[in-house]
Amino acid sequence: MVEGQANAYRAPRASDGHPDLNGIWQALNTANYDLETHMARAAMALREGPYGPLPAADVLPLGAVGAVPGGLSVVEGGAIPYRPEALAKKKENQENWLTRDPEIHCYLPGVPRATYLPYPFQIFQSENGILITYEYAGAVRDVYLNDPGPPPVESWMGQSVGRWEGETLVVEVTGLNDRTWFDRSGNFHSAQLRVVERYTRVAPDHLLYEATLEDPEVFTRPWTIRMPLYRRVEPGAQLFDFKCVEFVEELMYGQYRRRPIAR
Amino acid sequence: MPGPILLALALMAGQDAPSKTWTVPRTPDGHPDLSGTYDTATLTPLERPAQFGDKLFLTAEEAAAIEKEELNLSEDLARPSDPEREAPPVGGDGSPGPYGNVGGYNFFWIDRGTEVFELDGRRRTSIIVDPQNGQLPPLTLEASKRAAVRRALYKENAGENTGEAWWVEIEGPGPYDDPEQRPLGERCLLGFGSTSGPPSLPVLYNNLKRIVQTRDYVVILVEMVHDARIIPLHREHAPKEIQKWMGDSVGHWEGDTLVVDTTNFGKTPALYSASENLHVVERFTRIAEDTILYQFTVEDPTVWTKPWSGEYPWVSTDAPLYEYACHEANYSFGGILRGARLLEAEAAERRK
Repeated sequence: MVEGQANAYRAPRASDGHPDLNGIWQALNTANYDLETHMARAAMALREGPYGPLPAADVLPLGAVGAVPGGLSVVEGGAIPYRPEALAKKKENQENWLTRDPEIHCYLPGVPRATYLPYPFQIFQSENGILITYEYAGAVRDVYLNDPGPPPVESWMGQSVGRWEGETLVVEVTGLNDRTWFDRSGNFHSAQLRVVERYTRVAPDHLLYEATLEDPEVFTRPWTIRMPLYRRVEPGAQLFDFKCVEFVEELMYGQYRRRPIAR
Repeated sequence: MPGPILLALALMAGQDAPSKTWTVPRTPDGHPDLSGTYDTATLTPLERPAQFGDKLFLTAEEAAAIEKEELNLSEDLARPSDPEREAPPVGGDGSPGPYGNVGGYNFFWIDRGTEVFELDGRRRTSIIVDPQNGQLPPLTLEASKRAAVRRALYKENAGENTGEAWWVEIEGPGPYDDPEQRPLGERCLLGFGSTSGPPSLPVLYNNLKRIVQTRDYVVILVEMVHDARIIPLHREHAPKEIQKWMGDSVGHWEGDTLVVDTTNFGKTPALYSASENLHVVERFTRIAEDTILYQFTVEDPTVWTKPWSGEYPWVSTDAPLYEYACHEANYSFGGILRGARLLEAEAAERRK
């Protein structure tokens, strides 16, 4: 267990004297499909078949590539504590995944989803600043080490303010807009969302990532997700360009071509 | 202490303080610390205005005149609109600004600085220092042919905004046929005007850069469009088959200067006209508490007949970078293409 290792291990220090979190990290789980426990299923978008759900026509050609792997909940206690009306909206989101999930349109992922998207991200930690850059959509976060006060505007990635609590980097994220989701299953939040993240290096190549989410408009109480993050240890590991804007132009604008391509 | 000695000490301090007392701040590994937030806006253009010829430096009067002109323009354009004004004529009245055509931003959004830049106490006519005339070197034959095609299609005609689909009359593709034809800035793939670089050039707005420096990396976060240039300090270039929007950058220290070498560009680098053969060398030197001297040399033998170089200061600022979420609200991009389809339909209707 990652948690069990936390006490025994002492991380090497970075130039700022704090545990060194520099590196390329990635989640290795199914949280981006669904934060909660889920069985494998045929596709993200389903329709009724004669003997149970079948892939929806739009995703049918993907076959096994479009199937969803099962996984355990990363939510402490298992379930997300939705208010009843919010739970109804979550279900509606899930039914309309193909048109509503911001990931499909290559929109900035928000926090905490950026962390467990199936792409690596890189932490740059110095005495004068901490940056987190994500491969997906080229998303970035500048983690302020001095609190500049309330965020002046809402944004997709929010305003991040970091501080050290012993061995843990604690990042408070506010000013998030209501446009991002938590996963491909329609789990969502409002602009009231406030996230407190905790990054702890628990082994040479593991971080423990925890995020507590508070959003009284959508949830009955604060709740916490928890997962290990793994260092990309292969030689030459680096973030590649994944400017997916280019990849969604046909989806978003193809119908406006002078000579639309048959779909 | 007797009066004259005090005065002499004060004079000495006043004269020599900047060069003698300032030492470059260093990171724990001993290299100059480049980290901080910088505003790269300047009124000095990339290419030298023709009237200055081979002159690299502006007189105080010339500099003041440029700054005054910008101030006057901004004050003029900041005046409240006349609420009784008429709607502009269809297609615009031909003037610059929103009345001239369908319009872009009003002046509120423009932030290209208020001053020409100064290095070693002298104000500059251009960012380009080589060639000596401050102009981009001539294009190769091949590149000038490409440029002519582009000008014909995108600049001269499209800039006129006749309110009609003039391109239906010409052979070949029109300027709004497909999303892939449009500029990278319009598509939200990179900021316009090579703000991301390399080389990084000042643009109309959102000129902030944030630098974070670790032992192994220097990262330059470019405000527009939230692009992080990750520059490893102890690595060879990526293999040729790896191409990147901002190229593959590797850095090393030459004394107190960070030298960044960038290759492996895609077909359309941020720098206008450049090709996948672009090679850029940048030099970052912290020359004062609040200033990085940014120098660059551009080489692309398939585009320019010789290399060219420029320099300008990056000045530190307390201003925060805002999230430039471009694609997420790029409603006008679909509108541009749809508008072109509408004009084409109108043209077809007229021909019937």
